Amino acid sequence: MDKTMNVLIVDDYKTMLRIIRNLLKQLDFNNVDEASDGAEALSKLRGGNFGLVISDWNMAPMTGLDLLKEVRADQRLARTPFIMITAESKTENVIAAKAAGVSNYIVKPFNAETLREKIEKVLVHA
Amino acid sequence: MPDGTSHPAPDADRIEAAVRQVLGSLNGDLTVKEAALLGELEALGRTVSRAKAEIAALGGQQLGEHIPAASDELDAVVSHTATATNEILDVCEGLERLQGTLDGAVAEALGTAVTRIYEACSFQDITGQRIGKVVAALKTIEARINAVQSDFGTDQPRAVVPAPAVVIAATAVAARTEGERLANGPALPGAGVSQDEIDRLLASFD
Repeated sequence: MDKTMNVLIVDDYKTMLRIIRNLLKQLDFNNVDEASDGAEALSKLRGGNFGLVISDWNMAPMTGLDLLKEVRADQRLARTPFIMITAESKTENVIAAKAAGVSNYIVKPFNAETLREKIEKVLVHA
Repeated sequence: MPDGTSHPAPDADRIEAAVRQVLGSLNGDLTVKEAALLGELEALGRTVSRAKAEIAALGGQQLGEHIPAASDELDAVVSHTATATNEILDVCEGLERLQGTLDGAVAEALGTAVTRIYEACSFQDITGQRIGKVVAALKTIEARINAVQSDFGTDQPRAVVPAPAVVIAATAVAARTEGERLANGPALPGAGVSQDEIDRLLASFD
């Protein structure tokens, strides 16, 4: 697993971005960039080279699910591993995310071990 | 309206005037049935007058100040917890730098403790989203009560309340994306699925 890859984390709560960034640092992912909503994330993804996206769902003006759909519809970005980390814990949310092509789904609140496990799983299959 | 559709509001002044007109036309001998009807009409008139007074009393200070004040208090809770959480994170990052100068079991124990604090600090995101839902609900209640007051034509000045996002969203459901329609925030305990259940669900698609 290449831990030097660029990782984009997307969340409208700055505190959450900071927590995820610190947890990623503990997992030796040091090349981490941030976006505060789907639209900003899409712009960064199209202008950069990211090996993993970790996104919240509930953001405006573009939600995480809508970001995921845009990523999967973009030929250059379509195969980028995409993990949803969200408080949306209804079955219909998980099914919608899976239908849109999510790589894995983590429900908040989560622990560091769950984050590590899901990242390893999606990067192994990438 | 409970069914979400818009119906013409009852005109309280017209109802009251009609009751008075009927009462005024009733003179002379009354049958038992007419007397009963008269009693009902009088009661109806009193009910309408009382309802108008009560709705008028809801205006001004109670709605003009209390609900927005409650929303502000909740916003302040989110702000204060965010500040406190960031201070905790500052300290954790300092401890991680200290960890780099330590060896062995002590360094490992410190690292584990810091990780657990990071995990716990995610409460701020969850509580922030829950409080946001409460604020949206308060604004919806405020807008609906103001609409009722407006329908009954109270004379008291009312604070202008912007339409809450929830109400705006309800009028533009067709324009919402799937991501927006399914964005409902944290579920109440027992209402959502656990990480294990999500893992099993995702595995079922493989």
